[in-house]
Amino acid sequence: MSFLTITYTLLFYAATALLVAGLARKIMQYARTPAPLKIPTTPAPVTRTGVVMRMFRELVFFESLFKSNKWIWIFGWMFHYGMFLVLARHLRYFTDPVWTWVDLIQPFGMYAAFAMSAGLLGLWVRRLVVDRVRYITALSDHLMLALLFAIAGTGLMMDYVTHTDIVAVKAFFLGLMYFDWQPIPTDPVLLAHLGLVATLMIIFPISKLLHAPGVFFSPTRNQVDNPRAEPGLRAHNSRHIAPWAAELDK
Amino acid sequence: MADFDTPELKEYPVIPHIQEGVMAHSKPFVAKEEFQEQLGFPGELVDNWEQVAIDKMGELTGKYRSLQVFLDSCVKCGACTDKCHYYLGTTDPKNMPVARQDLFRKVYRRYFTFAGKHFPKLVGATDLTKEVLDDWYSYFHQCSQCRRCSVYCPYGIDTAEISMAAREVMDSIGVGQKYCNEIIAKVYKIGNNLGLPEPALADTLEGLEEDVEDDTGVAVKYPLDVKGADILVVTPSADFFAEPHVDGLIGYGKVFHEAGVSWTLSSKASEAANFGMFIGSYENMRRVSMRIREAALELGVKRIIFGECGHAWRVAYSFLNTLAGPFDFLDPKYPVPQHILEFTWNEIQKGTLNIDKSANDDMVLTFHDSCNVARASRMGPEPGGQFKIPRNVIKAVCNNFVDMAPETIHEKTFCCGGGGGLLTDDLMELRVKGAMPRMEALKNVIEDHGVTNMAAICAICKSQFTKVLPYYGMDMDMIVSVHQLVSNAIVLTGQTGEDDEDESADDAA
Repeated sequence: MSFLTITYTLLFYAATALLVAGLARKIMQYARTPAPLKIPTTPAPVTRTGVVMRMFRELVFFESLFKSNKWIWIFGWMFHYGMFLVLARHLRYFTDPVWTWVDLIQPFGMYAAFAMSAGLLGLWVRRLVVDRVRYITALSDHLMLALLFAIAGTGLMMDYVTHTDIVAVKAFFLGLMYFDWQPIPTDPVLLAHLGLVATLMIIFPISKLLHAPGVFFSPTRNQVDNPRAEPGLRAHNSRHIAPWAAELDK
Repeated sequence: MADFDTPELKEYPVIPHIQEGVMAHSKPFVAKEEFQEQLGFPGELVDNWEQVAIDKMGELTGKYRSLQVFLDSCVKCGACTDKCHYYLGTTDPKNMPVARQDLFRKVYRRYFTFAGKHFPKLVGATDLTKEVLDDWYSYFHQCSQCRRCSVYCPYGIDTAEISMAAREVMDSIGVGQKYCNEIIAKVYKIGNNLGLPEPALADTLEGLEEDVEDDTGVAVKYPLDVKGADILVVTPSADFFAEPHVDGLIGYGKVFHEAGVSWTLSSKASEAANFGMFIGSYENMRRVSMRIREAALELGVKRIIFGECGHAWRVAYSFLNTLAGPFDFLDPKYPVPQHILEFTWNEIQKGTLNIDKSANDDMVLTFHDSCNVARASRMGPEPGGQFKIPRNVIKAVCNNFVDMAPETIHEKTFCCGGGGGLLTDDLMELRVKGAMPRMEALKNVIEDHGVTNMAAICAICKSQFTKVLPYYGMDMDMIVSVHQLVSNAIVLTGQTGEDDEDESADDAA
């Protein structure tokens, strides 16, 4: 095996391990940290089902962002759902035979890559043009956009400028999955694309990308509005109380 | 009137450009040693304050999921940047919710995250220095914990949670805010924020009984510490003496009188507000809340009802059961606690109140949704009842009602500018500037619809507006209590006086 193949093989194992372990660590931390008080942003649903619906609207339609700012909403939604489709499209490199629905979305994945890039550009322009957003932007915020944009850009280049041997790429990734290592094609654009993706995977759990698991744990969104003792909703002898707070009663 | 300019009110809201540092000078007075210690905090800045603060930060992220998740999740999208009334009124970029949070987050990153420990410049992480602490003291006392930003954040990040944590960290190193901490100490010592002792309360209530009897010829009672009463009423202490608050208290008494229920105030729990929330201290918030449980047990009541008070209603509705429950000793037919407006609206629907709406015909009203009622609580069984029930009551007792612009009411309401422990004269500039978005919306309905008065259901809102309205060229008397309107319109059974022959009653709901 070539040095390149060994490097990329190890890189992807390491990146996957760091991503999974890092995310698992943060998710455990969020799950274990108590929410001692009921703080849903009201009006909030009074039932669990209602909360599931609220979270669904938040995740799928970015409801709060829609209320907030239509430009960020448009660009943010284009980017996230573009990326979602692009990622789904990439499943063809990890499945053999390729799942039918993955086959069916292949053409849409191409438009999605442009939507994703356009969304990223829009978000970036806001960081440069709007004085309020420029003020809150750190260097890392620019680098994150640059990274994502470079990933999308190198991906699109392989479709429109310099094709790569996708059969060999697929063999490489299936080889990683089944511990039957295969050589990686040596096109620079592919190597750049994959290197950037691995970088993204590595920094995911130590960056603001933690908003992805975070949104599920946000108490202002995922809590049921039932704090008070109420006939039919919360019994008079029941309480929402964290273990550390219960200690104070003793 | 003061050494700052009152913002100009525009016909349409304009998002201002940032002006760095224009509010850096705004700081409230620091709490004295004796009051710090009564709350369980160090009297003055401790020697190794950096380490104590960082340890406290770590403790809090372990105790509050909200804090941990919010510190990690912000992507700096900018959605909140134009949502805070203090930013809109002052143009200081550190009053943008995300920038305010970042004062805390940049220190969290430095000490608790991989990126901040190893690449601080890259992610904007900084050491906790005296300059940073000064910024904290200044700008975490420019947040009224109104939660407007949390409505608009795609992850529901609530700056109030960060402000509370920052204030708790500062208290833990001996840097407390005078206004909040002295008031909490007063509650422990005397029982209420204003420091009214039992004899003064009894005297005031007796005076109210005489006034109401003079006005109406009916002996409406304002009972204090009556054992065996059905309902314990807990209300902000401002209701005991200041206008327009006291007119609201008169209204509660009339409603209870007509409903034929027995009720009492308590000299022990003679304060609805719980400033423990403002300083983010669970322990102090719990200790203040326990007075209400103890009063309910001692008086042997069956229900608890809260008067018109915004943050108090948040603590009551959302936290009381957690802090001072369980309330299994109270009548399970009623929620614990209830809001006075829930009670009054129910009586109006039952038709027990004899209402003469024309008594309020000299006013065209609008309603200010108090921030903590709107975004941190509920009334009635349905989500959004906190918007409908106050309006239903107002419309049941007044003929003329107009809402302000839709982006300034309900969950999108603007804070009065004095909430969250900022209702103090040493923050007057901030209070006046922070009131700007509400003043703008009010001025527009005055000009377009001839509105004469604005009703509110929060002691802080009422006091704040009374003070800031004149800065904007409006009359301080235009702010009224909702139960003042109810009081005006109720025709008591057996009432005498000039309204006597006017019996257009009973068109309640």
